[in-house]
Parts: sequence; C-alpha cells; structure tokens
Amino acid sequence: MEQKTKVNAEEGKQNIVVTREFDLPLELLFKAYVEAEIIEQWMATKVLRLESKKHGSYQFETTDPQGNKHGFNGVFHEFKLNREIIRTFEMEHTTFPVQLEFLEFEAFTDHTSKLNMLIVYKSVLDRDNMMKLPFAHGLNMAHNRLQEFAAKLK
Amino acid sequence: MKLRRDVFHAIADPTRRSIIALVALQAMTPGAIAENFDSSRQTVSKHIQILTECEILVQEQKGREMYYQLNPMGMKEIADWIEPFRQLWDDRFNKLEAIMKKYQSKQ
Repeated sequence: MEQKTKVNAEEGKQNIVVTREFDLPLELLFKAYVEAEIIEQWMATKVLRLESKKHGSYQFETTDPQGNKHGFNGVFHEFKLNREIIRTFEMEHTTFPVQLEFLEFEAFTDHTSKLNMLIVYKSVLDRDNMMKLPFAHGLNMAHNRLQEFAAKLK
Repeated sequence: MKLRRDVFHAIADPTRRSIIALVALQAMTPGAIAENFDSSRQTVSKHIQILTECEILVQEQKGREMYYQLNPMGMKEIADWIEPFRQLWDDRFNKLEAIMKKYQSKQ
C-alpha cells in the first residue's frame, strides 16, 4: 500500500511536521476529529471526554494487551470547523512534557483533502527523546499493531 | 533486519518502554530504575537485561555504582527513528480514511 503520510523532523529543531493527503472530502476528514465514536475507532482508544470547541478539553484512555490503562489528555485552544484545531497533548504519568499541536485542514479537490500537523515540543531534547521513542506518542494505542508488525518481521 | 527485530521486541513490552523513557532523560542505577515500578526488582532487572542485550541500554561504571543509559550507537544503527513514528501515523490515517469512506457510503 502506498504510504501517504510524510514526517519532517529537521535536526536541531523542537518541532515535527506530519502531512497527509486524504481521499476524503474536507468535511469528512474533519468529522473524524470531532465525533468521539469515530476517534475511538481510528485512534484505537477510549474517549472519556471530548469537548470539541475552543477552550474545551479531551481525555482518552487506552488499555494495552496487558490490561494496563494509559491516560492522555489536552485542551483545545482553537477549534475552527473544517479549518483548524490547536490543542495540547499530554501523556499522563510519564516524564514527557506537554506538547502543542497545530492541525490545519484544507480541501484539495471536492473529494480530497489535506492535513498539516505541526507538533511543538518543550525542547529539542524532548523532541529527540520522543523520536527515540517512536511509539511514545501513541505508544500504547498502537501496541497491538506494533506486535503484529514485529511478528511480521520475525 | 535482525537488530530491528530485536528493537521491536525490546519495545513491545510496556515496562521496557517505561524504562527507556526514564533512562532517555538521565543515566540511572538499576535501583533507581526499579523504584519507579511496582514489579519486583528482579523483574525490572530482567527487563534491563533484555534492553542491554538489544543494545538499547549500555552500562557505565561510575565509582561504585553501575549506571544505565541509552546507547546512542544502538540508536543510530536503527535506520531511521522517524520511520516507525511515520508508520504509526500512516496506519492511523489509513484507518481514518477507511472508516470515513464507509461512513460516506452510508449517507
């Protein structure tokens, strides 16, 4: 399968840019960020709280195959329908500082759209530590898939 | 490919991922690492051993104490640390796309 997601992490900078083109109209792409039931499916997490509005907050909880629960939370600083989401993201009970995420949504054609996600970390070191832990961002959320992937490599 | 598989094995366990996260920030003694977990010191010690075998952690003697830290060479040997991160998001976004296409066809 063609990999449509691009990640740009320049050396010595404290940010990462993730870009992706979707074979979906803009409205549907954005909807996947608004509806809790849809987020639960593609992020493979439980949504405990989701206030999809400016100054709203969210809280996710993911259970790994060992039964350990992992919490994630953040606050929306901006929530513009079909355009922009600015939010914080924090992994609970870890040493990683909170990060700031700027998500820009745009229509490409009537049937395609694009997402640009800029993630800003507290420091270059924090970003690099995160890169050293490639799964840390959604580590436990992706655990099952990671195991499948690891199994395929064997 | 062998090393990569070892690394995947190393990070497939949540305790080992937590150990990497701790040691990524500073070199630590086995005792200091173990204090962060409810599991027995023996269990944590086993995880540290696996991480060392996978060359993710290296030992360094400082005075009387043995410290563990991330092995920068071990890290470099993994072709590209960004790739698994990219893969993670690619997988998620593929899923998002598939879910929303199904959603669209139901409308």
